[in-house]
Amino acid sequence: MIRLPLVLLFAALFFSAGVYGVLARRNAVMVLMAIELMLNAVNVNLVAFSSSLHQVGGQIFALFVIAVAAAEVGIGLAIVILLFRNRASINVDEVNLLRW
Amino acid sequence: MSAQEYAFVVVAVIGSLAAISVVMARNVVHAALFLVIALASVGVTFLLVGAEFVGWTQILIYVGAIVILFLFGLMLTKAPIGRDTLDHTWKNRLAGGIVGSLLFFGLASLTLRVWPLDETASSQPVAGSTAALGESLFRDYVLPFEVVSFLLLAALIGAIVLARKDDAA
Repeated sequence: MIRLPLVLLFAALFFSAGVYGVLARRNAVMVLMAIELMLNAVNVNLVAFSSSLHQVGGQIFALFVIAVAAAEVGIGLAIVILLFRNRASINVDEVNLLRW
Repeated sequence: MSAQEYAFVVVAVIGSLAAISVVMARNVVHAALFLVIALASVGVTFLLVGAEFVGWTQILIYVGAIVILFLFGLMLTKAPIGRDTLDHTWKNRLAGGIVGSLLFFGLASLTLRVWPLDETASSQPVAGSTAALGESLFRDYVLPFEVVSFLLLAALIGAIVLARKDDAA
């Protein structure tokens, strides 16, 4: 019932907000939140196409993306906590040991 | 426009404002709470396009679990509550704003060129897609399903190993 481009525009705005967050925010937890926004935008697209093409595969991939996102957040927050314990800061600009 | 579409537009506007507030918020706890609204609006969108199972999974896992994980992460890292100046400098905001808005307008114009809003027919959602979803998941996608469960196990162990304090070493 919902026309496809409306849902795609919604997802595009989510993805752009996520890109802005990753680029602009320096707090590592905020960067993780912005990545979640981008993953959600992808999920919206997968489900919208699945619903519009009458194929269930898109919804299955959305479920997989949700599972991978959950794993990513768990590991990401563990790394952030470890970072805070070692450096007493979670500013991603200060973590430049491997920077060329 | 159908009633469903009106409902979607309302949800999408709320969700979009919340998503923008997440990345613009000065207070990180407020950002996490805006994230609840944004993720819930995505869940409602899933319900509206007829993907009930994914919609409820989204609400249970994202709104229920992942946001709580974020709040724990914020508490454990003693993130500066209130106005933080280190985060979000004007240079980063400018670069992020340019890239983000260019990306949005690019994606939006591409979408509207391929699917013009007044010419695209609305599609009927599949009724009762949960049964088909389960059948396809456990028939065609069994191997990816098992791989994902293994991935979750590895992530669980990895997170415990990373985050626990080494008393013995």
